[in-house]
Amino acid sequence: MTFWERNQLKLAPFLFLAPAILIFLIYVIYPIFDSIWVSFHEWNGMDKEGTRGNGNPNWRWVGLNNYITLFTDDEEFYVSLFNNVRWLIFSLLAIPIGLMLALFVNQKILGMRYIKSLFYFPFVINAVVIGVIFTWFYNPKYGALAYVLGFFGLDPVPFLADENLATYGIIIASFFPGIAYTMILYITGLTGVSREMIEAGRIDGASGFTMLWNVVLPQLKPATLIAIVVTIVGALRSFDLIAVMTAGGPWGSSEVLAYKMYQESLFNYRMGYGAAIATILFLIMDIYIAWFLYRLFKNERSEK
Amino acid sequence: MFPTPIQNYSLKVNIGYRLLLLFTLIIWLLPLVAVMLTSMRTFDDVLAGNYWTFPKETATIANYTAVFEGGKMGRFFLNSLIITLPTVIGTLFLSSLAGYSLAMHRFKLNLLVFAMFIAGNFVPYQILMIPVRNISIDMGVYNTHIGLIIFHIAFQTGFCTFFLRNFIKELPFELIEAARADGATEWTIYRKIILPLIVPALAALGVLEFTFIWNDYFWALVLTQGDTVKPITVGLDVLRGQWTTSWNLVSAGSVVAALPPVIMFFILQKQFIQGLTFGAVKG
Repeated sequence: MTFWERNQLKLAPFLFLAPAILIFLIYVIYPIFDSIWVSFHEWNGMDKEGTRGNGNPNWRWVGLNNYITLFTDDEEFYVSLFNNVRWLIFSLLAIPIGLMLALFVNQKILGMRYIKSLFYFPFVINAVVIGVIFTWFYNPKYGALAYVLGFFGLDPVPFLADENLATYGIIIASFFPGIAYTMILYITGLTGVSREMIEAGRIDGASGFTMLWNVVLPQLKPATLIAIVVTIVGALRSFDLIAVMTAGGPWGSSEVLAYKMYQESLFNYRMGYGAAIATILFLIMDIYIAWFLYRLFKNERSEK
Repeated sequence: MFPTPIQNYSLKVNIGYRLLLLFTLIIWLLPLVAVMLTSMRTFDDVLAGNYWTFPKETATIANYTAVFEGGKMGRFFLNSLIITLPTVIGTLFLSSLAGYSLAMHRFKLNLLVFAMFIAGNFVPYQILMIPVRNISIDMGVYNTHIGLIIFHIAFQTGFCTFFLRNFIKELPFELIEAARADGATEWTIYRKIILPLIVPALAALGVLEFTFIWNDYFWALVLTQGDTVKPITVGLDVLRGQWTTSWNLVSAGSVVAALPPVIMFFILQKQFIQGLTFGAVKG
């Protein structure tokens, strides 16, 4: 027996996992800690040893200053944070709407297979295209919305040019792929709902909403859970549509933390400040990560 | 069945249901239909503000040619392919190895490694942005295809390992024990037993990953500069700025940028939905 043959059960896991772990450590785990480290500094992204035009060093330890500035002296930060909250709350609407549509098309009629695919496929269309389409849709001069409003004798609403409405306009655009996704989840979930329990419910006189609430929804729990996790992560990650549709405007009113971070770092060359925003976003996300891991390992243990 | 099968209702309800279904579908697809129609219009037609009528005079070929010739859409399209395909293959390879190990090998840090892959997957992109950009610059892969490919492989490996580990865990362990008893090496087990069994999972993940990477916008923005490497998402965004009110061209560009994942979705819908809804039904 060679060394390899004797020890392969011990060595194999290491060798099989090494490439994935290595690349993951370099590109995902290390950057998290590095970003947190950067957030305690003032840095314009240039050579860390060099100095700026005004004689100050490019890279300088500032302790918690970036965080203090964020919380006490940056109105835009609160606008972004508040917009993230709005994204979080309103994005969740895609879940009940997706459920309703899923129930609506959950019938066996001729051609339903194709009709379902037509409902699903906006999910695979990228955010730039969705953003382009909806920017055009909202355009007060040429847009379809203005056209429809005009049909009813109403004035056009410049959704994306209005400080109070811009964020909602973008969230509505995000519904298009979002609803398609939750619909896919629920239709698949509905195929797993037990016939016997529905029949039993019918015998007990349940129908319509009572049936949905008491018999069907509990069985759809796994689908709902995935929908909530993915929608929340998506809402905190929202960036693409904002960049494409408003670039954070008008006057920064539709910025979210992700977008503000990108702006501060790559356009204002305030890497440390940007990193501080990223760290806050990361801390918010950690709540969900912890919750998700907790659930997962609880299930894992109960299986054993 | 829930809701009650429509066949149990009267003819009137049945006809009403089908009409309502058709109406809902039309409203749902209206934005996409408008884009398709507009991509066929002449610029004069666009200026006149026609959206919903079928174009009297079509300029389909002229518009799409203009998008590829004047707009470098061909280059961007090619870039997207060059970035997406190796990423999908590389990710599936690394994560199937890792997934096998996490599912079938017992070692101390198993759960910790698994948790790392899952947690990393939820991380906001912005916390990675500055360091990943700096690493890419330091390694000389900033603004190259390979730079984007390596990063995408690294990040997507988290999700795919999670998925494949759970899939492989469901396979009968006896199969592997029997092979080990017969003296098969771990590599042979991976290659000859595990890989053939996880083909459905790999197919499901493959189409999903293709879509995710093709549709990536943020990382392309952060890790590229200029036209040589930009994928089609960022390319379209840039061209949109140049074409401003030429909605016919913007629309044609949008159709081109959206098409590959859409075609893939319609061809491989079953795999796609399996990947997307993994875990959505009680096992």
